Amino acid sequence: MAGAGIAVVGASLGGLRAAEQLRAAGWRDTITLFGEEPHLPYNRPPLSKEVLAGEAPASGTELRRRPSVQDVEWRLGTAVAAADLTARTLTLTDGSVHLYEGLVAATGVRPRRLPLPGGPPRHVVRTLEDSAALAAELVAGARVLVIGSGFIGCEVAATARTAGCEVTVVAPESEPMLLAVGEDLGRALRHRHEARGVRFRMGHLATALTPRGAVLDDGTELAADVLVEAVGSLPNTEWLATTPGLDLTDGILCDAHLRIGGLSHAVAVGDVARFPNPRYGPVPRRVEHWSVPGDTARHAARTLLAALTDTPRDPTPCAPLPAFWSDQFTLRLQSFGQPSLADRTELLSGDPESPDGDLLYGYYENDRLIGVAALGSPAASAAAARHRTELMTLPEPVV
Amino acid sequence: MVKVTVDMDVCQNHGQCVFAAPDVFRLDEDGHLAYVASPDAALRDDVEDAADVCPLQAIRVEG
Repeated sequence: MAGAGIAVVGASLGGLRAAEQLRAAGWRDTITLFGEEPHLPYNRPPLSKEVLAGEAPASGTELRRRPSVQDVEWRLGTAVAAADLTARTLTLTDGSVHLYEGLVAATGVRPRRLPLPGGPPRHVVRTLEDSAALAAELVAGARVLVIGSGFIGCEVAATARTAGCEVTVVAPESEPMLLAVGEDLGRALRHRHEARGVRFRMGHLATALTPRGAVLDDGTELAADVLVEAVGSLPNTEWLATTPGLDLTDGILCDAHLRIGGLSHAVAVGDVARFPNPRYGPVPRRVEHWSVPGDTARHAARTLLAALTDTPRDPTPCAPLPAFWSDQFTLRLQSFGQPSLADRTELLSGDPESPDGDLLYGYYENDRLIGVAALGSPAASAAAARHRTELMTLPEPVV
Repeated sequence: MVKVTVDMDVCQNHGQCVFAAPDVFRLDEDGHLAYVASPDAALRDDVEDAADVCPLQAIRVEG
C-alpha cells in the first residue's frame, strides 16, 4: 500500500485545494487527481454571471494553481465508477483499477433536474459547456422561464434580463433566496429584481412542460422560448455506494475531522461532504458555499496526513465560517455565518422600502448572532464583514 | 519578501482576502480594497490563503 500515493476523486475547486493543502502539510509522494470533466479546475461562480453574459472568456475562469502542485498527476476526462475503501482501490469507467494509500473524495454536486418531460429547450448551469449553451440563447426579446429562485435562478434571471430577455421566475417558496437569507431580505431582493423588469410567480410549481412553455399548478400557461432548471443539486456519491456501510444520505457523512465512515485514510471535502460544524451544533450538514472547499481541504489534508504518517492528529474539529456572495444586476448580496438556522431576523441598518439603498440584516438563534447578510453596494458588504469576529466566536460547549 | 499584486480591474471588493490575511489586505469605509504590496515573508502562507479565497482570482503572489 505504501507508495501508492493519494488519490483525489474530483478535480474541481475542492480537489485542487486538497492537493495544494496536502503539499502544504508536507506530503511529497504521488498525488493523482481524477476529474470527470476534460478541463483543469475552473471557477464556477462566473458561469451564471460574467461568462453567461459574454463579459468574460471561459479561458479566464481557470483557477490559480499553487506551484506546489506542478508535479501532481491529472487524470482529466476520467470518471471513477466505483471505490473499495477497504481494499483501497478505485475502478475507473474504462475498467482499470487504481490502487491508493489515501483517498480524498471531492466529487461535488450535479444539478437536480425537473421530473417533467418535454418543454422548450432546457438548460442547467453547472459546467463551462452548460454556460456557453445557455449564453447562446439569451438574445434580446427571448422569453426565458427560470424554474427555481436560489443562487443560480436569481443570478441567471438577472443576467438574462440585463441581456434584454423577458424573464419570469417560478418557485414554490414565498420569496427568492428564502433558504439562504430569509423572508425579509428575500422580499427586498425580489422588489429590486421586479424594478428591473424580472417577473416572479412565487408560491407556484410547474406541473407540465410543453414545446411552447410551462403550465403552473394554478393552470396558468407561461410562454417560454428557453427554460432554465435551477432547482438545486444532487451530491455525486454513486461511486462510493460500492463500499458497504457508508452513509450517503445527502452527501458523504463525515466525522468532525472529515473522515469518511470512521476510516482514517479516507476524507471528503467541499460540496459533497456532510459534516458537523461545532459553530452550529452537532447536526452534520452539507454547505455548498464557495469558501467551503478551501476550508475543508485544509482540515482534511491534515487529517489524512496524520493517519498516513502515523503522527498525532490535531484534535480541533473542522469549524469553517460559512460565507457566500451573489452578484445580481449591480447588486451585491453577501453573507457570513449561517442565516438559514436563525429563529429571528433583525434589520441592522437601511430602509427596506427604499428601492436602492444598502440593507444589512442580522440573524439570531436563541439571541446569539449566527449570521449577517447585506444587499447593495460594497459598503454594505464591508459593514457585514465587520461582524465577522463576533460570528467567528465559538459558542460555549454544552456540558 | 513576498510580492503581492491585485488586479484592481478585476477586484470586486469581496473582502475574503481581508479575513485570510488581515495584515496585508483591508477594506476602507466604502468597502474598497487596499493592500501591502511587499509584506514580510512570514506572511506568505496567509497571502497564499488570501489568493485562494479571492472569488475573482485577482491576487498574484510572487517571490
